[in-house]
Amino acid sequence: MWAYTLRRILSAIPTVFVVITVCYLLLHATPGGPFDSDRKVSEAVLANLQAKYHLDLPLWQQYLLYLKGLLQGDLGASFRYADWSVNDLVAKALPVSLSIGGAAMLLSIVIGVSLGIMAALRQNSVIDHFVMLLGNVGSAVPSFVLGPVMIIVFAIGLQWLPAGGWHDFEVRFMILPIALLTVINVATIGRVMRGSLIEVMHSGFIRTARAKGLPTRIVVLRHALKPALLPVVSVLGPLAISSITAALVTETVFSLPGLGKLIVNGAGNRDYTLVLGLVVLITLLTVTLNLLVDLAYAWLDPKIRY
Amino acid sequence: MLTPQETTGLMAKAADVGAPAGAAAEGRSLWADARRRFLRNRAAIISLCLLAVIALACTFGPMLLPHAFDSADWEAMSIAPSLQNAHYWGTDDAGRDLLVRCLIGGRISLAVGLLATLTSVTLGIVWGATAGFMGGKVDTVMMRIVDMMYAIPYLLIAILLVTILGREFYLVVLTITAFSWMDMARVVRGQTLSLRGTEYVEAARAIGVSTPRIIFRHIVPNLLGVVVIYTTVTVPGVILTESVLSFLGLGIQEPMTSWGVLIQDGAKTMESTPWILLFPAALLSVTLYCFNFIGDGLRDALDPKER
Repeated sequence: MWAYTLRRILSAIPTVFVVITVCYLLLHATPGGPFDSDRKVSEAVLANLQAKYHLDLPLWQQYLLYLKGLLQGDLGASFRYADWSVNDLVAKALPVSLSIGGAAMLLSIVIGVSLGIMAALRQNSVIDHFVMLLGNVGSAVPSFVLGPVMIIVFAIGLQWLPAGGWHDFEVRFMILPIALLTVINVATIGRVMRGSLIEVMHSGFIRTARAKGLPTRIVVLRHALKPALLPVVSVLGPLAISSITAALVTETVFSLPGLGKLIVNGAGNRDYTLVLGLVVLITLLTVTLNLLVDLAYAWLDPKIRY
Repeated sequence: MLTPQETTGLMAKAADVGAPAGAAAEGRSLWADARRRFLRNRAAIISLCLLAVIALACTFGPMLLPHAFDSADWEAMSIAPSLQNAHYWGTDDAGRDLLVRCLIGGRISLAVGLLATLTSVTLGIVWGATAGFMGGKVDTVMMRIVDMMYAIPYLLIAILLVTILGREFYLVVLTITAFSWMDMARVVRGQTLSLRGTEYVEAARAIGVSTPRIIFRHIVPNLLGVVVIYTTVTVPGVILTESVLSFLGLGIQEPMTSWGVLIQDGAKTMESTPWILLFPAALLSVTLYCFNFIGDGLRDALDPKER
């Protein structure tokens, strides 16, 4: 297990490194520097600015400086927001994204797994049809359609909740975004859980457990649940990546001041360093998450040994 | 596997057609069999027809309607759908006819979907087949790269790419392609690997069939099934990615439009004029549904084991 963990960590490092390098080179391969603007700036000012951001150095030195900064946890400076470093911007935005995303992930795992179990145990019941319907909706109604529809219904029609915005982690601003992310993920988790539990319930050891007279509750909770959870765990990695897409959309739809909003604005403003810093940060987060998912998988499934 | 009822059903059908008695024993081709199964899938057929209608409407509709997609009707801004003025789906806040814009947007969305699918499927097949045939170190390295691509939050890189490169139509297609080919590569590699070791390939080799002939007569037809299935799965994914990019304001640029752009426009004014959001949203969802059903239908038709 330890050897596997170590090997898995070592193989994750090149991914991060390649992403950083490719993105960095792409940024610097583009014509036009960050200070090419319509406003004429004197030679001296330009030279000073370039020296400040190390733009006067050869590319490989700039790259090494950037890597050195990253290792010290410095994501660089924003070219558009004066006086703000990428770190400052991230420090403000990250808690918003994490609280929304974390709550949604937790809720969708709990709800998705429970719904999946109920659907699998009572095939063709109301709950089963509901889960299948949700799965269908999730695959064909994208988050940027579902979000506005939720606003029309709950904020404009029923006037229960605010249509968007953010105020100091106040709960009523968080409900709709969390609900949107949850609905999308529950659709996937519920469907996977249902399918895998149905399959497990048909296997030999479940028949044995039933044959020795165990009640269904014990059979499901003690024997069927753990193997049935494996596909759910393996789907969490891809789900985390698609959640980033959903989070970008959610934060745009509900105008939340999170990482997604930051990156979309940064891309709109062509704030290269900000976008690069955020891409690096989020890549790091997802690679770590994928790593944890893989380790959890190896831990849950004794058959997996590399 | 076919159930006994289905087998008798198929044989009865073959008899209906009036095939000679020996024909059933001789066997039908894989594709004729698959076509028959697909045509029996009602959801898939309805989806196919619906999709054809949408595609035809997007292609020819704008020519038949009296409005241009980018001309403003100053007399009729943000009007609700009505039969007067021939604004059947109403107009947006700049007085542009919504139906025409939805159809023109559909052209772009479908064109991006088809083009990006074509390029990514080609890349995936070549990548996967090469890895599968070569095996060994080449295979390991090529598949490591695929694993790596999976771990990357692709939408962020796509955003970075369109930020740097710009938002021309073909750049959007290229960007989407770059992150849509891995599924196909994996599937094709797996299939190639397993096909290489099958008995019938071995048998063909044993009776002296040449390698190209083995590839084209035995391996390619068996690959085509998965390729077709995964292509129909790729199209909606690609359309969705384009829509997300456009929705975030990072895809197709005004005055050109796509379903994502229209949905974004509609979402801005949904309190007062919800139809500007609902029409393109419904079109996009129906299209995605159709592709999903067609994909399911094809999987059932081409891969009966999976049922």
